[in-house]
Amino acid sequence: MYAVEMLGITKRFGNVLANDNVHFCLEQGEIHALLGENGAGKTTLMRILYGLYKADAGEIFIDGKKVEITSPKQAIQAGIGMVTQHFTLVPTLTVAENIILGYHDKQTVSKTEIEAKVKAASEKYGIHVEPGALVRQLSVGERQRVEILKALYRNARILIMDEPTAVLVPQEVEVLFESLLRLVKSGLSVIFISHKLHEVMAVCDRITVLRDGHVTGTVSKAATTQQSLANMMVGRETFGVSRQSKRKTGKVIYTVKNLCACNSQGLPALNDCCFELHAGEILGVAGVSGNGQAELTQVLTGLVKPTKGSVKLDGTDLTNAEPHDITDAGVGRTPEDRHEGSIGTLTVAENLALEDLDKFIRHGMLDQSLIIENARKYIEEYQIKASPTDQLRKLSGGNMQKVILARALSRKPKVVIASQPTRGLDVGATEYVRNRLLAERDRGAGVLLVSEDLDEIIALSDRIAVIYEGCIKGIMPAAEATAEKLGMMMAGAC
Amino acid sequence: MDTFIVGLIAATLRVATPLIFGTLGELFCERAGILNLGIEGTMFFGAFTGFAVAASTGSLWLGLLAAILSGILAGLLMSLFAVKLGVNQHVSGLGITLLLTALSLYSFRLIFGESSVNPSIEGFQQLSIFSSSPILGPIFSQYLLTYIAIALIPLVGWVIYRTNFGLQIRAVGENPEATDAAGLNVIRLRTLALAIGGGLMALGGAFLSIAQLGSFTFGIISGRGWVCIALIIFANWQPIKVLWGSLLFGGVSALQLRLQGLGLDMPYEVFLTLPYIVTIIALTLGGRNAQAPAAMLKPYRRE
Amino acid sequence: MLKQFKIERVPAPRWSVIVIPIVAVLVTFLVSSILVILAGANPFAAFFNFIVTPLSSQVSALEVLVKATPLILTGIAVTFAFTAGYFNIGAEGQLYAGAVLATWVGFTFTSLPSIIIIPLMIAAGILGGVLWSLIPAILKIRLKVDEVVTTLLMNSVMLYIVSWLLNGPWRNPLSGWPQSPEISAAAHFATLFPKSRLHIGFLIAIAVVAIAYIVIKRTPLGLKMRAAGASLTGARFAGIDTTRTMLTAALVSGGIAGLAGAVEIGGIHFHLIDAISNGLGYTGIIVATLGSLNPIGAGVAAMFIGLISTGSQTVSRVLGVPVYLGDVVQNTLLLVTLAMFLLQNYRIKRVRWILLS
Repeated sequence: MYAVEMLGITKRFGNVLANDNVHFCLEQGEIHALLGENGAGKTTLMRILYGLYKADAGEIFIDGKKVEITSPKQAIQAGIGMVTQHFTLVPTLTVAENIILGYHDKQTVSKTEIEAKVKAASEKYGIHVEPGALVRQLSVGERQRVEILKALYRNARILIMDEPTAVLVPQEVEVLFESLLRLVKSGLSVIFISHKLHEVMAVCDRITVLRDGHVTGTVSKAATTQQSLANMMVGRETFGVSRQSKRKTGKVIYTVKNLCACNSQGLPALNDCCFELHAGEILGVAGVSGNGQAELTQVLTGLVKPTKGSVKLDGTDLTNAEPHDITDAGVGRTPEDRHEGSIGTLTVAENLALEDLDKFIRHGMLDQSLIIENARKYIEEYQIKASPTDQLRKLSGGNMQKVILARALSRKPKVVIASQPTRGLDVGATEYVRNRLLAERDRGAGVLLVSEDLDEIIALSDRIAVIYEGCIKGIMPAAEATAEKLGMMMAGAC
Repeated sequence: MDTFIVGLIAATLRVATPLIFGTLGELFCERAGILNLGIEGTMFFGAFTGFAVAASTGSLWLGLLAAILSGILAGLLMSLFAVKLGVNQHVSGLGITLLLTALSLYSFRLIFGESSVNPSIEGFQQLSIFSSSPILGPIFSQYLLTYIAIALIPLVGWVIYRTNFGLQIRAVGENPEATDAAGLNVIRLRTLALAIGGGLMALGGAFLSIAQLGSFTFGIISGRGWVCIALIIFANWQPIKVLWGSLLFGGVSALQLRLQGLGLDMPYEVFLTLPYIVTIIALTLGGRNAQAPAAMLKPYRRE
Repeated sequence: MLKQFKIERVPAPRWSVIVIPIVAVLVTFLVSSILVILAGANPFAAFFNFIVTPLSSQVSALEVLVKATPLILTGIAVTFAFTAGYFNIGAEGQLYAGAVLATWVGFTFTSLPSIIIIPLMIAAGILGGVLWSLIPAILKIRLKVDEVVTTLLMNSVMLYIVSWLLNGPWRNPLSGWPQSPEISAAAHFATLFPKSRLHIGFLIAIAVVAIAYIVIKRTPLGLKMRAAGASLTGARFAGIDTTRTMLTAALVSGGIAGLAGAVEIGGIHFHLIDAISNGLGYTGIIVATLGSLNPIGAGVAAMFIGLISTGSQTVSRVLGVPVYLGDVVQNTLLLVTLAMFLLQNYRIKRVRWILLS
């Protein structure tokens, strides 16, 4: 009898098939990895199991009994616990208070009593926490332990861990693995979502690989290798067949040296990141999400100041430059999040004018006709389906992205920083954006393409850099990139 | 000089009483993540309702009860806008203050007419404990409500820090997502906090109208609600520190009144601006005021 | 099968800009009818007196504009700040600060002719408002101290300063009342019509509406303000100096509120008393909200509130309903409008829900 059986699970978001007839079985007392690239459907499947999403089709059995799970509360009652990267803890409360929150049957809360209870649970499950400590004083690894104990305290027998190591330092990863191995010995069953091959091989008993919403296979650890898992995960035989083998690129125009920066939580996210960008090339930055891509583009676009390192464009130092200095120096940028990098309540024409306002001022006033005319020009050139006076937020994602692209490219930049430029776009818009980037390259601009879509990186790049834990692990010509090589580098296996 | 100090202490406690009620009320709201700028209007509404009911029924206790109910109602109104609808908390709070003030004035005129002489009632009497002592007598000659206010401070501290409800309130003010994930109802918790908070604020208003003054005047609150907003920052959102803040402010006010009474020529207003200026300095030194409930001013919607 | 209703977010349709205020007014009247009936009066008669009577004679129609004048200014002040995402709750204190400086100019430079002293008073009013908004604005952009609380507290501080002035150094030596000396006769604003209090301050207010509209909608600064107010990151990404934009908006907002103070002194009161405002600054927030942060909308809303507050006096006189009905109506209108602005983004949709056996 399986602890969890998910049969024929299908889930659709709009046009995207996130899970397509997925079968997944978790045995009692095993650690079972769900392996796959970003967007392969791992998290969707688990959110269905935890009652956060409702499947369009399919059945779920827990311990052989069919269940309907429509809310996290029901999942908890069915013995399922989930620990995500985004912790649901209250930082100003103590560990014990967090653990009993919403799971306490008395009107009063006695500190000694709840701390004793939590202490007992901590000892029973062998997960060390300090019941009286405030959560905000804990490290990320300690917080994760609190989350795990919180699930176990609610009598979870099935534990879902969504990329638990993404937020941990190596030493903490080891502690986590030891705890998990001990817990499964006492009967817990664990689902371990990951895209890091070596971790999966280190800790899991069986592995189910997902790709584009399908299961590509379930294998036991003993019967597989990192290479074959990488192939199942990425699923490509060869790359770059149709590309011209050798394009001539120009001189180095953009140099990033030893760049370090922190994320919004103040934790180091970029570690000595180095690369050079040539004129007339596309340098793709591949990597699994959360490895510093967001911080890299934030620093390069001037939204976040680096803690160390330098950024130079053609000899001009842009290390601590403000966004408008960066655009003035000749860098065009598309933001990682379209909605954050544009202003939805302003019109299309206003958004198009915003980056280079001085051009549109006559006698201290905005020249409306010039702004509209400018917008018309780009609307036509970029085939944007909108009128200049439409509010930007009313546009589809593709059209919004074209507006942003038009703005970024309007000043013929020497360097283009394109961050996730096609995320969430439909096929037509995606192709358009990609062709635009290729055209920029042919014009002679250096293009930095940061993307979590490996196909996109492979299709467009002249060279490919892999970012892993805030550091560029290696740069190779696209022609030399193979599935194994990229997959292993992205997973930090070498 | 002895009588001066004795009188000062007694007056300090009197001035502090409505501030303690109001600040404790605001504490519930803010701990749950709602900045309730409706406080000024809620206190005014409580002062009016308490007085009107006491005057028309002849029962001070009924007046007090009515004031509490009116405050709860004001809290529920705030909840409708700031919690259920998720309207900007500043604008909805100020709107409620303005509405309740106007409503009180309208109803007061409606009930008591346009007479130029303010109607008055025989308010609560001060208790006389230790009446034979020349020092303890005057100091402890206070209204029952003053004792209740002081007793409320440890009680509120106990509720906030030692009960399951208090734990949930603190959680919802810091991280509503986590509270929701723990299976608790965010809207219900915040509404409860606003209702309790409103009741306490109104009680503070009613203290002025049916105990201290025995009448309802249009300037009865005159910014005391805003003082509470300042005091809660000063008190760092901790019940026990509310006492020190209120006493400090009460002491300063009482002192300036006494000094004025002595005919000393001095700008007493300078004293009265102190709590505001101290609060602004405290906010500034506190930097990003890390002590404030983290989710304050953020409406919660489950996506 | 079970039919259920679901609420979903949709962008507001264009016509809602017109329809929402009208529906809001109707709902408000419906709600406040209860109070009118409680007062033993006929609601229809009351609302007739509210809306129609003040407009039926020239004198009272002009009085509406007199009442509207400071509200237009405080409404624009708030609009300006809110547009840039700076929540200035301190228009009340800034208004007093402007009134204080303008009054001082008005009674100090008594030998100056109108043509000099009036512009001087106006400049002093603006300066007062700017100075009083400087501290919260700098605390906000430099140290990220919440401007809502600081501007609110600064209001109370200003009230005490005014009270100190009126009871101390400025106490009128002749009357002994807590009121400042009169400003010189030359400093009185000219009136526009005989037998009416309507003064040139109204024209100034209208000019401010026009300028604010042009600045917000037609200048680079306005575009930057709107961008910063809508999305701070988006504006920063586009290279806008958001701190400078916000600081400018905060100070201009304070300046306009200070101007309102000067206008009330020069046009209506001629000396400083502590009741010159009585909440004009707070009502400015209502005006700005009702006008949905559009300067022209704010102008219209201010006149509507001027109408209600003139009308409430008529209602009170004719029907014996307490004059505070006007305040109740205008504040109910604020809350109803707030709710409707929000609800316009939702549409109730019927969905079918299949029950699984």
